[in-house]
Amino acid sequence: MTRAGPPCFHCNEPIPPGIAIYARIGEVEQPVCCHGCKAVAEFITGAGLKDYYTYRDAAAARADETPRPDRWSAYDRPELVERLTRAEPGGARSITVLLEGMRCAACSWLADKALHLQSGVLDVSVNPATARARLVWDPAKVRLGDLLRVLEHVGLRPHPLAGEPAEQLAMLERRTALKRLAVAGFGMMQVMMFAVPLYIGESSGMDPGIRELLRLVSMLVSVPVAIYAGWPFYAGALQALRARSISMDVPVSIGIVLAFAASVWNAMRGHGEVYFDSVTMFVFFLALGRYVEMIARHRAGSVADALARLAPVTARRVRDGVIEDVQAMELAVGDELLVRTGEVFAADGTVADGTGRVDESMLTGESTAIAKEPGSRVHAGTQNLGAPLSVRVDAVADKTVLSGIVALLERAQAERPRLARAADRAAAWFLSRILIGAAVVFAAWWFVDPSRAFSATLAVLVVTCPCALSLATPAAIAAATSALARRGVLVAHSDALETLAKATHVLWDKTGTLTKGLIRVEEVRVLSDLTESECLSLALALERMSEHPIARAFLASGAGSTVAQRVEVVAGQGLEGTVGERRLRIGRPAFAAGLAPSPAAPDGLDGESWVGLGDARGLLAAFRLTDQLRPEAGECVASLRELGLDSEIVSGDEDAAVARIAARSRIERRESRLSPEAKLERLKTLQSGGAVVVAVGDGINDAPLLRGADVAIAMGRGSALAQTSADLILVRDSLDALPETVKLARRTQRVVRQNLAWSIVYNLAALPLAAFGLVPPWLAAIGMSLSSVAVVLNAMRLSRGTETGTGGGWSLQRPAEAA
Amino acid sequence: MSIVYVLIPLGLALVGIGLWAFFWAVGNGQFDDLDSPGWTVLNDDERPKDEP
Repeated sequence: MTRAGPPCFHCNEPIPPGIAIYARIGEVEQPVCCHGCKAVAEFITGAGLKDYYTYRDAAAARADETPRPDRWSAYDRPELVERLTRAEPGGARSITVLLEGMRCAACSWLADKALHLQSGVLDVSVNPATARARLVWDPAKVRLGDLLRVLEHVGLRPHPLAGEPAEQLAMLERRTALKRLAVAGFGMMQVMMFAVPLYIGESSGMDPGIRELLRLVSMLVSVPVAIYAGWPFYAGALQALRARSISMDVPVSIGIVLAFAASVWNAMRGHGEVYFDSVTMFVFFLALGRYVEMIARHRAGSVADALARLAPVTARRVRDGVIEDVQAMELAVGDELLVRTGEVFAADGTVADGTGRVDESMLTGESTAIAKEPGSRVHAGTQNLGAPLSVRVDAVADKTVLSGIVALLERAQAERPRLARAADRAAAWFLSRILIGAAVVFAAWWFVDPSRAFSATLAVLVVTCPCALSLATPAAIAAATSALARRGVLVAHSDALETLAKATHVLWDKTGTLTKGLIRVEEVRVLSDLTESECLSLALALERMSEHPIARAFLASGAGSTVAQRVEVVAGQGLEGTVGERRLRIGRPAFAAGLAPSPAAPDGLDGESWVGLGDARGLLAAFRLTDQLRPEAGECVASLRELGLDSEIVSGDEDAAVARIAARSRIERRESRLSPEAKLERLKTLQSGGAVVVAVGDGINDAPLLRGADVAIAMGRGSALAQTSADLILVRDSLDALPETVKLARRTQRVVRQNLAWSIVYNLAALPLAAFGLVPPWLAAIGMSLSSVAVVLNAMRLSRGTETGTGGGWSLQRPAEAA
Repeated sequence: MSIVYVLIPLGLALVGIGLWAFFWAVGNGQFDDLDSPGWTVLNDDERPKDEP
């Protein structure tokens, strides 16, 4: 595939051959890939917000070519606004909006600036981490619909959210975790400051009064660390024990509590070892690991509650000619609903009256509105964009398609914790060995010298627990997580890294994952004396009138403003219409050639991927439409194969299309025409054969597959539900980072093993010596500190090396993503 | 060595003040969004609509 020239000025995607659309940016004409991007780029610069292009460090989402101005008109209605928004002082209203297409801090700058251009906007706070914006405005001066329209114009698609309890909870959780982390960090530093003189004092002698003071002050500082900062671990352990299981929190809590209790005991009675430095450091590193993980999880999960709020709480029911507002749960099969423009369907149903367009993107990921006419099925959670529809209810509550998918998700999730249980079993095994070892030591000392039994047992417990079991793993995971974040890979569940290192198979979704999910005109074959661009503009003139996804391909590539007259849709075949004096057909090649008196048999043009354009003389041109393969897909698959991961495509599409993509991405195995259930089935078959399976997907139909996989990876631009099911999210929406991630996961495992080996060797060497009283305390302390430092330094190696150059903070240049 | 009896409480007091300040900052929402405020410094235009 040849790709000449610069990428699109707005979205940075390659401009398909034959496209010459320019956006006027200041005094310069900049090439763009489609009219959608042109409109957005010109709107942004026209509003004086050109700096966005300088500051951003991630390309914008490709603009939708078919803006839908009527989408927001519903939000101009006072009663809907009343229901969705909250009252603010001074008659103002506020709402939280989820912004789709938010990439970087410059996007939030753009949203902020664009909204402030509107009069009546009182306050805007945009959080790029959660892709949420909170708007406060004066309803007397500006309408909510206008604000949402502005956001859509700058390329950030808004989803208004009713209420925000989940968001509030997440914010409180973040703040509390940050406070606990600060207490642990400050405490750790203070205790270290007291621990060093104590160690030195052990060897060179120290005034007993000062020694006593230092130990008591260490204890004082450690109390808030152990109680306040360590609280989440105790709570988690209690929860696990109550559920009659053992989680990672249980050994961690036992370690903290025993070491802390022993230290307090020794500090109070004035002799014996204190371990306040170990306790505080242990708590700090654990809290740090949990905090990093929580931030990633929040970012991934913030879209989940948006989905949960999709289905409306109320519906408008028509009974005996009277319209009444009812609760969605009161609806029954057979009821008739009136769904007005911009409203969300409360139940699955059949259109009884009216024709219109419905946005099903949350369900299918397909962003083109779907045309509906009497007899069409509509689904709960989708939004009516066109004229009001009268709908007869077919399924309510848990019988709807939306609930079905959610239920499938829950089932897959329930079967998931197999690996988590394995990890907990290992921890429980380790813990039981430690407890048995401690019991043996206690029993042995009881016979030899009962007075030293307690301190020797504690030495065993404390020396074994903190370093070997815990610092080794969280330090490595934290370093790997931050290293991946710089490469644009978000780790939502850190145990996934461990599994990823062992993965043997990769299951790929096709559309949107291996491909870009955009149908484009790939090749134009001119069969007449017209030029290529004349053919394209004729095709566009016809397709402009169509809602079919194929029309988008022409809208994206064609120029010209001609509109065809008297367009008729021939179902399953194509379109027929008049442009100027000429009667034209577009559609399946055989159909398009049908206007000619003796239709020339089109050769080599199968109806799968070729669209013909014809008039009375026969075929004028043929267009080959394809969903573009991601340029990096082939290389990614090859690199993964080198790493020992077999790839396989599981797709719901026709076999011909799947085969083409499989051949071009050099994937040998493929399964086509699979339902979400069948995808899950295929996954289970692989897993029962002992394979550790990575699933990569983007759409809502992949969500069950992702939930069931050992490691789930979602694309950054994929549907919300896919992302909430994922362990890793490729934020930059490119497969480039995937092989790198597998390598890093394996390096992480190596580092964890090295750390564990080092700690165990240290413990095995030091423990018996210390238990027999052969190591002086200062030497043990130095050894302990050095072993911890070595573990942390070893883990830090993960965060550097093999940098790809594009990461590392916000860069002021536009990234060269053209490759 | 009696200076230690002054320095240690002093150190603890400073840590206490530092923690209190941090808690106040967290509660005040200073750490809720660490990315976008840095950008507001970079655009020195007052209000884009004031431009001709």
